[in-house]
Amino acid sequence: MSRRVVVTGMGIVCPLGAGTRAVWDRLIAGHTGIVAIDRFEVADLPSRVAGLVPMDEDHPCRFDIDAVASSKDRRRMDPFIVYALGAAAEAVEAAGLTDISPELGLRVGVQIGSGIGGLSTIAEAADTLRERGPRKISPFFIPSSLINLASGQVSIRYGFKGPNHSAVTACSTGAHAIGDAAHMIRRGDADIMVAGGAEAAVCRLGIAGFSAAKALSTSYNDTPEKASRPWDQGRDGFVMGEGAGVVVLEDYEHAKARGATIHAEVLGYGMSGDAYHITAPAEDGDGGFRSMQAALKSAGLSPSDIDYVNAHGTSTPLGDEIELGAVKRLFGEASRSMSMSSTKSAVGHLLGAAGAVEAIFSVMACAEQVVPPTLNLENPSQGCDMDLVPLTAKQRPVRRALSNSFGFGGTNASLVFGRLDQD
Amino acid sequence: MSDVAERVKKIVVEHLGVDEAKVTEQASFIDDLGADSLDTVELVMAFEEEFGCEIPDDAAEKILTVKDAISFINENAG
Repeated sequence: MSRRVVVTGMGIVCPLGAGTRAVWDRLIAGHTGIVAIDRFEVADLPSRVAGLVPMDEDHPCRFDIDAVASSKDRRRMDPFIVYALGAAAEAVEAAGLTDISPELGLRVGVQIGSGIGGLSTIAEAADTLRERGPRKISPFFIPSSLINLASGQVSIRYGFKGPNHSAVTACSTGAHAIGDAAHMIRRGDADIMVAGGAEAAVCRLGIAGFSAAKALSTSYNDTPEKASRPWDQGRDGFVMGEGAGVVVLEDYEHAKARGATIHAEVLGYGMSGDAYHITAPAEDGDGGFRSMQAALKSAGLSPSDIDYVNAHGTSTPLGDEIELGAVKRLFGEASRSMSMSSTKSAVGHLLGAAGAVEAIFSVMACAEQVVPPTLNLENPSQGCDMDLVPLTAKQRPVRRALSNSFGFGGTNASLVFGRLDQD
Repeated sequence: MSDVAERVKKIVVEHLGVDEAKVTEQASFIDDLGADSLDTVELVMAFEEEFGCEIPDDAAEKILTVKDAISFINENAG
């Protein structure tokens, strides 16, 4: 019989703050992490809002960057790695794995991906190369920028010597990382996997690039809190976000034997490709449909077993309705009794970290029996007639939750989580 | 040229994140101050920046201690 995989630790660094409990409480209370960008020059950029990780002293749950990485460490790590270390620290501590035996360390792997990696570091190094020549390139440029260095740095910090891997599938990265890590445990490659995604692409080059692809919101530069509005008629593109989500996945028997706290079980994982367009989703939503279908199949569940869908829901004119159509088609009658929301309305689109942070929100929805709101959903587009949890969170039974992630290139992943204490 | 020595030590403290008291002239970057090979490359770049000089690779390889750095700069910079 296949090994069961459970979640025994969670960590979040995102625009709502740092710390899973604090972030969840703010999410449920309807707070937003989307603000006017103040870190770099934006006057010539069409989109000037983003979900930024808060670091101000007066923020209720700011990310304490100095506690995670010294100034010396930060010279050898792009911010995406620092965010990964921050989220991993919370997850690893919660799972009781900070001080483990060398023998156990051999059975703990790391699988933290990123969509883009050290984009701001690469942009700055390119400037340095052009203006001052190759001798001025830092020896830390490469290890600071490489995507798999998030996994590398986490493994070095904690002595995790099992599989060390990184998914890179644009906005599906976090979901693929968690799903693939669960498979590694099922196959017996490891007993524990520290898995998730990290992103820090909110920089001039990142905004300019996604703007050129006509992907970003541009109409709400003066009202950032209103910019991310999935399924709303006034939506006009996604809002960039940054941060990291990391979970500790563990073989169920292993977790039980060491008395670990079990937050949820990873019940299903599905993947698909669109084979359609580099940035646009297929209009019939076939890719998302097959990804969700595969996740249900792997879990051995029917549509009526799912109570909550954490949608990919990026707030783009095309994508939101296509996803909703695929959900209605797959879930049929069951779609009338379930809830679906997009937490990107509160944190923005964390790209490679999105699927990981949203997986944690899905676990929390099951654990707390509350579904988070879709902020700014004031006037739903025609046909958006499911319960999309507009504006405020809702208490309701959540036996199992499905989380969707769809990425550029036509890459889709869906995860299903459920509470352990049910049949 | 105590000024050079002070400036070198300040760079070493900042870049390696070590206690000032440990940065003696005899201290070896790798053996005593916890630097790795990438740190030493970065240190040499920081010395070049601070003193406006170029330290060729073959000379950089011989800068192993705080004193080596001070001596090289005293002889070649300015």
